[in-house]
Amino acid sequence: MPAPIYLDNAATTPVRPEVREAIAPFLGDTGFGNPSSAHSFGRTARAAVEDARQQVATALAATPEQVVFTSGGTEADNLAVLGGALAARSRGAPFHVAVSAIEHKAVIDAAKEVQAMGGRSTMLPVDENGVIEADSVQRALAADATVVSAMWVNNETGVMQDVTGLAPLCTNAGALFHTDAVQAVGKVPCTLDMVPGACMSISGHKIGALKGSGALIVPDDELVHPLLHGGGQQRSVRPGTENVIGIVALGKAVELAVQELESTANHVAALRSQLERGLQEALPHAEVIGVAGPRAPHIAYISFAGVESTTLLMHLDLAGICCSSGSACNTGVVTASHVTNAMGVPNYAAISAVRISFSKYNTKEEVNRVIELLPPLVEKLTQA
Amino acid sequence: MSSRVLIAMSGGVDSSVAAALLVQQGYDAIGVTMKLFCYGDEVPDRPCCSLDSIADAASVANKIGIPHYVLNLEDKFSEAVIQNFVSEYSLGRTPIPCVRCNSFTKFRDLLQHADELECEYIATGHYAITEDGALYRGRDSEKDQTYFLWGIDRSVVSRMLTPVGGLTKAETRDIARDLGLVTADKQESVEICFVPNDDYVTVLEQHLPSDAPALSPGPIVNTHGEIVGEHDGYARYTIGQRRGLPGGYSEPMYVVAIEPEGHKIVMGTAEDLFGHRVVLDELNWLSDPLETSDACHVQVRYRATPVPARVSETQDAGPDSLVLDLAQPVRAIAPGQSGALYGERGKLLGGGVIR
Repeated sequence: MPAPIYLDNAATTPVRPEVREAIAPFLGDTGFGNPSSAHSFGRTARAAVEDARQQVATALAATPEQVVFTSGGTEADNLAVLGGALAARSRGAPFHVAVSAIEHKAVIDAAKEVQAMGGRSTMLPVDENGVIEADSVQRALAADATVVSAMWVNNETGVMQDVTGLAPLCTNAGALFHTDAVQAVGKVPCTLDMVPGACMSISGHKIGALKGSGALIVPDDELVHPLLHGGGQQRSVRPGTENVIGIVALGKAVELAVQELESTANHVAALRSQLERGLQEALPHAEVIGVAGPRAPHIAYISFAGVESTTLLMHLDLAGICCSSGSACNTGVVTASHVTNAMGVPNYAAISAVRISFSKYNTKEEVNRVIELLPPLVEKLTQA
Repeated sequence: MSSRVLIAMSGGVDSSVAAALLVQQGYDAIGVTMKLFCYGDEVPDRPCCSLDSIADAASVANKIGIPHYVLNLEDKFSEAVIQNFVSEYSLGRTPIPCVRCNSFTKFRDLLQHADELECEYIATGHYAITEDGALYRGRDSEKDQTYFLWGIDRSVVSRMLTPVGGLTKAETRDIARDLGLVTADKQESVEICFVPNDDYVTVLEQHLPSDAPALSPGPIVNTHGEIVGEHDGYARYTIGQRRGLPGGYSEPMYVVAIEPEGHKIVMGTAEDLFGHRVVLDELNWLSDPLETSDACHVQVRYRATPVPARVSETQDAGPDSLVLDLAQPVRAIAPGQSGALYGERGKLLGGGVIR
């Protein structure tokens, strides 16, 4: 069988060759230092961390001081939502967060934690396209929400929120706006100047860096209360010896992703329209979820009514096509995801939806193979 | 190209070893774990991290280098197995859900997946031996599971692989340990998978209305029909049970019958508990059907000793049914349990549900 085709880039991506090259020195004999050490080994590591911080800052139109490295998107989301709420509480403001119903679980569960700690959490509904109803944000702000979180690009559907409109709305009302931009970096324009005053989460492994590294862009240290406590690194906003290799990888990958934004976006958009067109020609009942978006260009979320996605994914995997349904952690249970539930997608469509997500490394030939292999499988499984 | 086989991996040691043996034997194996029911409220939205059995099966599959998937058969299992379990108890009977799970879920619904995946065979960790399209008792008489397999389609047997059927449980565990499988020393599951803590009444309470006759008080009568006490719902009782009956008799008393019509439990002596005849319904054959006065052995409970029997000359029980005369009286024949029929060398001939 030919090598499997990887079309699950919203779950994670291969490490880019440029990234491998960038981190190589830090796997060697001289790059292992602790960035906090005063000797030459430490200085080498410190320089690498600060270079990466500058790379991230430049790419996202932030200043280096605004870049707080974390262990990934989940920690960044928690630091913004829970840390943001704790900061509000400690300055005497309401302990109240409002998050959209289609957020990543890291945001939704951080909001639940606020509630568990005696605060309040408001869920912002979305319309049938997966877009947050602006009125609901207004209402949450009127009810004294002090942190509002809305993701730039949804990881399941690719649907985008009007973050450039929401950010000033929240900031002007005195609330912290946070956006999970994990799926946005390198796919759509996304920089801090588009959402002034907002916190932004990013993750390394979605853009060709390593798992276990990410960052939260924090415009001002006072906006978030630390969740970890320790040795004072990163001005104690996020202490702990820096993950030098992960950070170097992240810096390089963010830099490349933003430099290549236009070409990547055009490339994956072409692949996606080729895929969606090809599949819908072969299978007229295939439905694209979130198609009325607006959508980021790298995610296709397609339902094949009558075939449970888990069954289809199994057949696709055995045929050498790797993609997913909903978010990866839901594997094993065929229940509609919280995202499709929030959008009001009918159950039959929700449980039969497959997510195909592209990177710059995917090719037309690969899409052709999907268009060739997938429809007969769907037909076979529908008849069964 | 090697034959493709779908192996049902429950996350227990038997199916783990079965999978490993298939790989050693050169099969192109695909592991699946069937998700059959909701695992309860205590694991609301992160089942992939809490469902140990699925995780164990996945870990074993990884270790032996085969793909592993989770198949959701919840709706079908509920329909074919759980609902029947509840309705059987409502009818005063004592069902065996594992029989229906094998007949319907494993060797019908799962088989359909095997067909879709173009698998020639379907494998399980059952202690049973397949040979020339027939099923025989597993080598380990303590673990033999053929009693639960009488209801599968005869045509499936030739596509079944049971790699641990020729092993003892101890040998199975040894292989698992040698291979370093995480399930090697996992405790045996002896309870019905969807009945936590063996508390089937709680399952009935969840599925039946609170005023269901099966769970409501009714009379306990003796074998002459005289009321001698009250019970708190006949579904809480099983034939042969002593607990929950009024005391003060010169000899031990047992539940000898359950009569759902009058919500009655009939109490009698040890002697009253013996039967000389068995009527089987929902008959299924895994061999050529027996004919009048043919001899066989019938087993009426899991792990019970099979007794010699003959197909009765008076077949007045209706179609799809069989009347057997027993060569010796058998204690506590419970309606709803299975009567599995055996021939020479422990060959499973078929069976039915005890009327």
